[in-house]
Amino acid sequence: MPVVEIAGKKIDVNEEGFLTQYDQWSEEIAKELAKQIDITLTDAHWNIIKFMRDDFKVRGESATSRRVQTVGGVPIKEQFALFPKKPAKKMAYIAGLPKPKGCV
Amino acid sequence: MTPSIVPNFGSENSDRKLAIICSKGNLDMAYPGLILANAALGEGVDTMIFFTFWGFDMITKSRMNDLQFSPAGNTAMHLPGHDMHIPQAMMPAPGMTAVATHMLKKQIAELDVPEVPDFLDQIVAAGGHLWACRMSADMNHLTMNELRDDVEGIISASDFIEMTDGAQLLFI
Repeated sequence: MPVVEIAGKKIDVNEEGFLTQYDQWSEEIAKELAKQIDITLTDAHWNIIKFMRDDFKVRGESATSRRVQTVGGVPIKEQFALFPKKPAKKMAYIAGLPKPKGCV
Repeated sequence: MTPSIVPNFGSENSDRKLAIICSKGNLDMAYPGLILANAALGEGVDTMIFFTFWGFDMITKSRMNDLQFSPAGNTAMHLPGHDMHIPQAMMPAPGMTAVATHMLKKQIAELDVPEVPDFLDQIVAAGGHLWACRMSADMNHLTMNELRDDVEGIISASDFIEMTDGAQLLFI
């Protein structure tokens, strides 16, 4: 698996660029990841990213859009506004987590 | 060390479109279209759903909460978690549809997959478009008043074909 430099740190990623080590993530890295996909992080973005991180820690898998709505409390519409086109994948990417596996 | 790798989230201006025709009103056959529509929207694909014939029940207010699943005539149906079949001759027994519907709803809920009306709410919130078939509405004497409020209109098959120019199409 590739190792890349993000925000001055050596980071393990998969062949697509998603982080593979939960503990290598930091807020500095999140900002850098977001910048790479043209997203400027606001409080609303951070709210979701923190939910994704906490939820993964408990469940061991990335939350889907549906879960971010039903458990995280952020409506689907808002997710699309904050992370355009592909919210589920973009949220997981910036949160340093794998792509969600769930179909819904 | 490899230079930065950025996932390919596709172009912001992708013009991929998906049209799904939902023609079935059984609970089990309502889901494939909804799951694919939801997945497509989550991938940034412009998605339109056309409800026709029995699929009309999915958007009819008085029926959408009461879609049912019957094991009758479905030879692929076995007991959940087993390879064992229930003989087809037993399927039309009284109460069988209610039991099967209940079991299917439970299995779907366990996966945190929403019920049909909720699922359509989610699809619309994600930017999906719902259209109703003119002929089905006329046959059932239904108007926009009897349909979900977010159905954008009752249109003819030709209108739908025209509207989905260039789209990939699924008939379910």
